Amino acid sequence: MADQTQPAGSTAVTDQGRVPTVVVDDVHVVYRIHKGATGGTSPVSALKRIVSRTNAPNITEVHAVKGVSFTAYQGEAIGLIGSNGSGKSTLLRAIAGLLPVDRGAVYTMGQPSLLGVNAALLNDLSGERNVVLGCLAMGMAPEEVKRLAPEIIEFSGINERGDFASLPMRTYSSGMGARLRFAIAAAKKHDVLLIDEALATGDRKFRRRSEQRVRELRESAGTVFLVSHSLSSIVDTCERTIWLESGVLRMDGPTEEVIAAYENQP
Amino acid sequence: MANTAVADPDSGLSQAQLAQRYGLRVAGERPPLAEYTRKLWAYRHFMTAYSRAKVASSFSQTQLGQLWQVLTPVTNAAVYFLIFGLILNQHRNVSNFIAYLCTGVFIFMFTQTAVTNGTSAITSNLGLIRALQFPRAALPITVTLVQLQQLLMSMVVLAGIVLLTGEPITFRWVLIVPTLLLQTVFNIGLTMIMARIGAKVTDLKQVMPFVMRTWLYASGVLYPVALFRQHLPPWAATILEGNPALVYIELARHALLESNRQNLVSPPTQLWLLGIAWAVLVGVGGFIYFWRGEEEYGRG
Repeated sequence: MADQTQPAGSTAVTDQGRVPTVVVDDVHVVYRIHKGATGGTSPVSALKRIVSRTNAPNITEVHAVKGVSFTAYQGEAIGLIGSNGSGKSTLLRAIAGLLPVDRGAVYTMGQPSLLGVNAALLNDLSGERNVVLGCLAMGMAPEEVKRLAPEIIEFSGINERGDFASLPMRTYSSGMGARLRFAIAAAKKHDVLLIDEALATGDRKFRRRSEQRVRELRESAGTVFLVSHSLSSIVDTCERTIWLESGVLRMDGPTEEVIAAYENQP
Repeated sequence: MANTAVADPDSGLSQAQLAQRYGLRVAGERPPLAEYTRKLWAYRHFMTAYSRAKVASSFSQTQLGQLWQVLTPVTNAAVYFLIFGLILNQHRNVSNFIAYLCTGVFIFMFTQTAVTNGTSAITSNLGLIRALQFPRAALPITVTLVQLQQLLMSMVVLAGIVLLTGEPITFRWVLIVPTLLLQTVFNIGLTMIMARIGAKVTDLKQVMPFVMRTWLYASGVLYPVALFRQHLPPWAATILEGNPALVYIELARHALLESNRQNLVSPPTQLWLLGIAWAVLVGVGGFIYFWRGEEEYGRG
């Protein structure tokens, strides 16, 4: 990596020619949650709030990410660890530009793609049709979709037990659905790919294949973020790891060091 | 905090300066209108594929399947005819009341379903919005395209009804094409407005059925449009006659119903001008209004 050409105008002494793809600058994310019309509010006052655009008293604010900063570079795979509710998924959504930041800013190269377990596809439609739709939704041209569709179905392995590709997705097991979704998302070359627990649902064979795919994506100069509770898959795929706790960045460094610290915490 | 492993190559730069230097953009930023329109155009294949898929899946859990695309408008027409044609006997001044009624019902349904579905265009697609970045305007357009496909089915049914009730085929029938085109543009704009409001005011979905029913009664669907002039003060009648739904319904009647030529609410030229004005105003206005909210969708 050290012998890559430097970007124009770069004269910094320690420049390793690394190109940043994601710059997260002191980001705060706050969720506002409607608890429904509780608290004895009358319809009149609810209407008044809608008209005057003020927030209802029954809105709770959750400060999910509190001032996180880091920079990710081309060809890096970064694991995100932390206990449940520590803000990992929220941070990924903010990077993908799907959640507004309250303070600070997220800068990205190209359009990051978030691959979550719940990425929506149409359950009433066949797997094949979902592949086409998913690819078009990622901005592919129709000819490209036609070319890639068989590969995607092949990669997902949903046809290993009969012709599932022509059956509606609601008939799939959760693992099959997750595999197909990952296969679709991984078919495109992403500058930044954000993976949220999506690899955890597949079986072992698929996990190996998808980890291979993640490595390929990195080699084509992409950056991959991986949220997972399976530390082993982070160790296998990422050389850098960020540890979040209660929305605060606890540690950022080489995977072995961070994982060691994470496991040794009381 | 502990930035131990990463030796910063661009030391001395703040995060924002670093981002600027490598041309990184703020995530989820709203593109300028021209670029947004271009991006939307690039997603046209997605919109057509998605709307076709929606149509295909909408009846996938029924036994008769796609046949419902024809059965739904026929049943609708039958119900309205039963009540307003036979029981209430409204057709005193209209020579071909069945065809008159069906044209109104089908054209109005196009706007009605587009608007009611448009209200939830954002809220019912949150999964897609939170997973993928694409111009959100694709969603309300898809809603309208789905309804347009339903409408084309209804139009086939309508042509049958019109012919069966003894109307001749004239070359004015081709006027139905620009009529539906204008109405589609109008609907897309209206759907976008409703989608943006509906994304913020989630209660709107509950209110819409009542709004739409009021609009239905104000659009001269179920009774002769001449009743407006007969029963309302002139200013109120004038307002109602400029009502876009009424304009498109009357344009369709003008195109299809030879027997109704003398009973139009206003002269055809005025109808055409109104129809074009509404389409441009709501189509362009709705698009700009929707674009201005682009960053808000799918959040919260």
